Amino acid sequence: MKVLYYPGCSLKTVAESFERSAKLAMAALGVELVELERWNCCGTVSALTTDDLMHQLAPIRNLIRVQEAGEERLVTLCAMCYNTLKRADLWVAQHPEELAKINAFLDEEPDYRGKVRVLHLLELLRDELGFATVKERVVRPLTGLRVIPYYGCLLLRPREVGLDSAENPRILEDLIVALGAEPVDTPYKTQCCGSYHTTTHKEIVAKRAHAILSSAREHGGEVLISSCPLCSFNLDNRQRLVRELYDGFAPVPVLYFTELLGLALGLDPQAWISEQHYVDPRPLLEEHQLLKR
Amino acid sequence: METVRIYIMGKEYSVPAGLTVMKAMEYAGYKFIRGAGCRAGFCGACGTVYRKEDEYKLRFAVACQKLVEDGMYLVQLPFAPAPRASYDLEKIRPSDNVLLKFYPEIARCVACNTCTKSCPQEIQVMDYIQAALRGDIRRVAELSFDCIQCGLCSMRCPADIKHYHVAQLARRLYGKYLAPKAEHLAQRVAEIEQGKFNAELDRLTRMERKELTKLYEARQIEEGVGV
Repeated sequence: MKVLYYPGCSLKTVAESFERSAKLAMAALGVELVELERWNCCGTVSALTTDDLMHQLAPIRNLIRVQEAGEERLVTLCAMCYNTLKRADLWVAQHPEELAKINAFLDEEPDYRGKVRVLHLLELLRDELGFATVKERVVRPLTGLRVIPYYGCLLLRPREVGLDSAENPRILEDLIVALGAEPVDTPYKTQCCGSYHTTTHKEIVAKRAHAILSSAREHGGEVLISSCPLCSFNLDNRQRLVRELYDGFAPVPVLYFTELLGLALGLDPQAWISEQHYVDPRPLLEEHQLLKR
Repeated sequence: METVRIYIMGKEYSVPAGLTVMKAMEYAGYKFIRGAGCRAGFCGACGTVYRKEDEYKLRFAVACQKLVEDGMYLVQLPFAPAPRASYDLEKIRPSDNVLLKFYPEIARCVACNTCTKSCPQEIQVMDYIQAALRGDIRRVAELSFDCIQCGLCSMRCPADIKHYHVAQLARRLYGKYLAPKAEHLAQRVAEIEQGKFNAELDRLTRMERKELTKLYEARQIEEGVGV
């Protein structure tokens, strides 16, 4: 099966291991992720302001590219891109007069017809392949690995965009169980990582990372998984500052969920693990004998 | 003589059909002391903006290439006030964020595509700004290859991006650090430095003009290469 997918900027720069692991793991599941041609920035936070049509141009133009490719669905990996593209799509569906204006402005493109479905890769795994199938394909069960699912904001909120319950999501837990690992529940799994404060107020993010990761440790978690390059940066790379500010903090490796998937499917993590991980996950994986082929 | 009506900065002129915008303006009495360069479509000095009587869209061209059309309202935009960032190519590296560092305003791009619509070279300008945003220097260099730096993109951009300077930096970085090095060029330079061609060059410089002409006419010409 071929699936059209939208990478977004982070996956091409700071989150290379996310894209590489996703492509390899999905290929092992028989799904080829085909990159959308001529994609532009998803629009990020700017597109979340609804009174500003100019900022809707970026996400809608991407959806027109999907139409051009003759597809009706687009899979995203980055939680921010997922949220932005899906919200823009829902917003123009609810505001046909604004869509008409956007289409009139984009007069060098065919009109957006509103038929594209934006999916997150987790939804594809849950709803199309099914976690039961994923479980059957596992060749290296992650037995004994205690994994903290971290959702953050963008996969779950607002409700009409969320891919699971905003209060009590299960999708990451169900994936973790399918891979043979043990999900560790913590009260922080849907809380904010500090987001873009990371550029101007690093200490706010360090405070959030300390709270989230310490709680995860207290509950027995060994590794945290995320689907968002920004959350991953804040929870992983900001651990340097957390260690400076908080005595006795024990570092926690942070992986993309696709990296865990790849491991369980028997792939060699050297194919995607990069120096972009601040806390090296390899000692933990070694400990659980997950690095051997 | 067939003539067309054009409007230069709002004033009507009747000029011969078939002239370029630049020639037509000279025909009408304008004298270019700036805003004209190679007159061959390469230097980008003569950016032109025009609108046809019956169209709502602005159109863009270079004055030395575009032929006048009946009912054309036009003005020259020979200079774009778009300062270039200062950098030392020896000291910077082709990192993911180097373009963003020197031209942070590229992060203001809303993908409106106005730049692309204003490019007389039909370059996918917005696509290369988007590539610049994600640090894909090679893609910026490839997409912007035909840029003549007329600056019309930067005059139209609602985000005040200086597109052509971003692209120039990307091409410089690509050429210096990323493009495969031409081995035959290095070999030839080494041969020249070793003096392999000195004798031949000496012989040519001492040759009589008549003899030189004869040699030139009898030179080997690669097949399929036009004169």
